Amino acid sequence: MRGVSKSFGAVQALTDVDFEVYAGEVVALVGDNGAGKSTLIKCISGAHLPDTGTILVDGREVKIHVPSDATHLGIETVYQDLALCDNLDVVANMFLGRETAHPGMVGPIQELGMEKRSLEVLDSLRVTTIPSVRQRVVSLSGGQRQSVAISRAVMWQAKAVILDEPTAALGVEQTEQVLALIRRLREQGLAVVVITHNLHEVFEVADRIIVLRLGRRVATFTHAGTSPEDVVGAITGARRSVT
Amino acid sequence: MAATDATADGGFLGGVRTAAEYTWGRLRQGELGQLPALLGLAAIWIYFQLKQPTFLSARNLSNLVLQIGVTGTIAVGVVLVLLLSEIDLSVGSVSILCSAVLGSAVVNHGWPWYWGIALMLVVGALIGGFQGFWFAAIGVPSFVVTLAGLLGWQGVQQWVLGTTGTINVNEPHIAAIATTTLPAAWAWILAIGGSALYAVTRIQEQVRRRRAGLPAKPLAVVAVRTGLVAAVSLLVVAILNGNLNGVWVFGKAVYLNPGVPTPFVMLLGLVIFFAWLTTRTQFGRYIYAIGGSPEAARRAGVKVTAIRISVFSLCALLAAVGGLIQTSRLAAASQAIEPGQVTLEAIAAAVIGGASLFGGRGTVWSALLGAVVIGSVANGLDLDGQQPYVKLIVEGAILLLFVTIDALARRGRAASGT
Repeated sequence: MRGVSKSFGAVQALTDVDFEVYAGEVVALVGDNGAGKSTLIKCISGAHLPDTGTILVDGREVKIHVPSDATHLGIETVYQDLALCDNLDVVANMFLGRETAHPGMVGPIQELGMEKRSLEVLDSLRVTTIPSVRQRVVSLSGGQRQSVAISRAVMWQAKAVILDEPTAALGVEQTEQVLALIRRLREQGLAVVVITHNLHEVFEVADRIIVLRLGRRVATFTHAGTSPEDVVGAITGARRSVT
Repeated sequence: MAATDATADGGFLGGVRTAAEYTWGRLRQGELGQLPALLGLAAIWIYFQLKQPTFLSARNLSNLVLQIGVTGTIAVGVVLVLLLSEIDLSVGSVSILCSAVLGSAVVNHGWPWYWGIALMLVVGALIGGFQGFWFAAIGVPSFVVTLAGLLGWQGVQQWVLGTTGTINVNEPHIAAIATTTLPAAWAWILAIGGSALYAVTRIQEQVRRRRAGLPAKPLAVVAVRTGLVAAVSLLVVAILNGNLNGVWVFGKAVYLNPGVPTPFVMLLGLVIFFAWLTTRTQFGRYIYAIGGSPEAARRAGVKVTAIRISVFSLCALLAAVGGLIQTSRLAAASQAIEPGQVTLEAIAAAVIGGASLFGGRGTVWSALLGAVVIGSVANGLDLDGQQPYVKLIVEGAILLLFVTIDALARRGRAASGT
């Protein structure tokens, strides 16, 4: 993204922000509340239309007006609420809206193929904690639900995936599960953007750290040779270091 | 596979045990399903049979399945709306309005019976679509839209009926619905054929899963289930066809009009069709998805508004079919039917049968099972010579009991979910 700006009425949410993520890397997007993180990812995912600026995918300029534009470009977003249907099983959730069925809405759903594909996807991401894909999502733990939501996002030829606070509501062990999943997405060559407040987590998975402050990109750190204090300084505005 | 083989060695008893363990596992997760209704039904039947020896006679059971035609049919539509996590309070009024439309068209305007029925069904579907639009597109809660409908459509019905308040409908084709039965041979063919088809598809499904390397239900569980389905359908046909005349409790009363009543056949057909639609198609999947989380469904690309409108339309269409059966049974369209009671009995049937008032849970079979429960209570109290007020009190108490079970089970699910 180059030179993206977005304002809501009198509020300037983003000012001339450049943002880039490459295949096979994890970028952590950090910043204080109201720094513009959410607005930025909504511009990428099609929920907001930026006022100015351009978006390039694989070097080609693209237009993202609605969420399905982003999906077609291989950009998937997992929001904090995960958007899962509790009363449906794992397979039904992973295929929701994209069921393999005969043409028309009343054609029977091809459950077997969907179940096999779900198992393959979970297997390829080494999500081994889910006992049965025919289990309803309501009976899964927070980490398992996050894993299902992430797996669903990447199973449709995704190139980039944006995770909004993926570990916010999780315990220590489940956080580890999700972080391991994020590393595997990187291994598979995806571009991963993680929005988070948790600096410990940032240092565990991120290759680069991009800091937003008051709607501007104020700092970029590479993982090596950065201390948490530098990052905190950039977030709060106490220190400025652009590499 | 090892576990399956071990239980298969246990023969029939082993199969029953596996099936029981499987069921118990689901119960512990708060998936009560239709168990409370089945237990309740057993209790109700035992109670009334002890009080009135003719309760389970072929004659009375035939009466019972005839009586539940209206409530059951309307309840199928109510289940669809409940699955969306919405409610339709207008079904009673829509039902009697469509009945009046039929009477007016056929009797007052001399339309042929088939055009009259077509008109009433179209009117029902349009009313449902209108209410669905008001809710889904404009955003008024379904509770309020359909409450307005409960009052408004009753008014329209009285206007259609005119000053007399009743239109007698003696048209022979319409009357035939309530008075005819399925020929005995056909009943047997359908019961045997249906059970066989069910067994074959179920076994085929598990065989395919096994071949695809997916976990399959133990064959014993499938065998017990299909065996039960076949046993129940054959027993019902045998009783209703009068083959068990003189046998045990079924032969305790003279049975004059043997056969499976047409309204019951219609109800079964609708239940089977909508059970298929809701569990096997994308349309049905989306109904459940919206009932679980409308926002998640919308983000997954489901056309939430369109599905909501079509479900309300289907619900009112089924209310119209209920009105058709009602007209045939009474041989009239009349102001005397209390739409509030029709509505609440249909909703009670759906909820008692296991469809959750909290949305997204239950099956279309809930409508049939719940209608049998409600119908059994009404029928038993009538047989016992009780006053109408007793019926209302008992029905109210049973509804409250089953909604309480639903609420407690929901709490159980929340507890096991974390």
